[in-house]
Amino acid sequence: MRRSGAGRRGPRERGAWRGAGAPAIQTIDRRQFIGLAGLSALGLWTQPPARASSVQAPSARRWAMVVDPKKCLEIDGCTRCLAACHRAHNVPSVADQRHEVKWIWKERFERAFPSEQNVYTEDSLKGKPVPVLCNHCDNPPCVRVCPTGATWKRDDGIVMMDWHRCIGCRYCMSACPYGSRSFNWDDPRRHMAVPPSNDYPTRTKGVVEKCTFCEERLARGLAPACVEACPDGALVFGDLRDPKSRVREILRARHTIRRRPELGTQPVVYYVI
Amino acid sequence: MNDRPVIIVGLSLFLVVATFPVWYNVTAGTSPRAPDLQRPSPTAVALVRQREGTADGLLAPSCVAPRDQMRASHMTLLARWRDDVVRNADRGYLAYDGHRYDKNLSATCLGCHDDKAKFCDRCHDYAGVKPRCTDCHVAPSK
Repeated sequence: MRRSGAGRRGPRERGAWRGAGAPAIQTIDRRQFIGLAGLSALGLWTQPPARASSVQAPSARRWAMVVDPKKCLEIDGCTRCLAACHRAHNVPSVADQRHEVKWIWKERFERAFPSEQNVYTEDSLKGKPVPVLCNHCDNPPCVRVCPTGATWKRDDGIVMMDWHRCIGCRYCMSACPYGSRSFNWDDPRRHMAVPPSNDYPTRTKGVVEKCTFCEERLARGLAPACVEACPDGALVFGDLRDPKSRVREILRARHTIRRRPELGTQPVVYYVI
Repeated sequence: MNDRPVIIVGLSLFLVVATFPVWYNVTAGTSPRAPDLQRPSPTAVALVRQREGTADGLLAPSCVAPRDQMRASHMTLLARWRDDVVRNADRGYLAYDGHRYDKNLSATCLGCHDDKAKFCDRCHDYAGVKPRCTDCHVAPSK
């Protein structure tokens, strides 16, 4: 009995309770309490604006692209943008169409823009190939569904991929309404037309890949590979937040459409009509 | 009690067999011999530093961290570089000796250590580890 009693209340603990207990409770009177409460309320008032301003710190840019498909058609069967992109990023050319991997490719106009149902207005583009790529949406559905955080939207708007984290579940592929994502059904190195370049990694079997707006080139101050390769300026790349940028200039002057705007994904690849 | 010699012989036989890998390596002299790694050539180092804009490539070549640290924890460094570059677009690395490097496995690491088979592989084979870096990252071909 004695032992269990000592175990429950150690000598130090007992002293603390007995010695300082009763007077310690009454160390604050009403006036002080109200004063402290007021100070705390003041603290609540000042905290949130300070935090908000640090979050809204200048996110410099919002990368975007404007495509002029009619310029694109001036050179018959031009695929220089496709070749430049796929060369720069070691994209395999898989013969089997079900397994093909593509970052930028050509799609017939009415397939790229199924909601453009005007009978005569786009006559000049009907049935014609239009370059399509990842739209780097403001509201990317692929990012929402990725279970591992392997794809996310950067501050500059690029929908980025971390191939180290991709587990190949292909949720993003189901979520993307533009078919911009490809899955590596096979080891991509077995399907390279030329040996892979040292400047960019390949992917492995079981990983999803897509256009990254050439973020590795942007980091070096270069334009995306497709834009650089385009012989007649049909692809224009720039900052949507800068009112003086080339993309904003074109958006002001010309009528542009986006792919499937009704879905609310807010693509930033615009097409001049 | 008459089984004592049998037991002793059996036990010592067991000990000999169980410790076979140890004394075999000791007698063959294989165990303590560390893998023979190819050091980067001064020209390769100079090239990498020239690309990075730190052009004093003629100084004694050094790595992005002291040798002991690289030997023990280069994988941690590479994993951090990977996250910095891919997830935070943070590409520059200021080394302990003041040199700046691009956080880039293919260009920076393999720019100096330009023969993967004689550098990475020798040690990894010795240690029995199989990193999968080059499944994606392209090692410069010799």
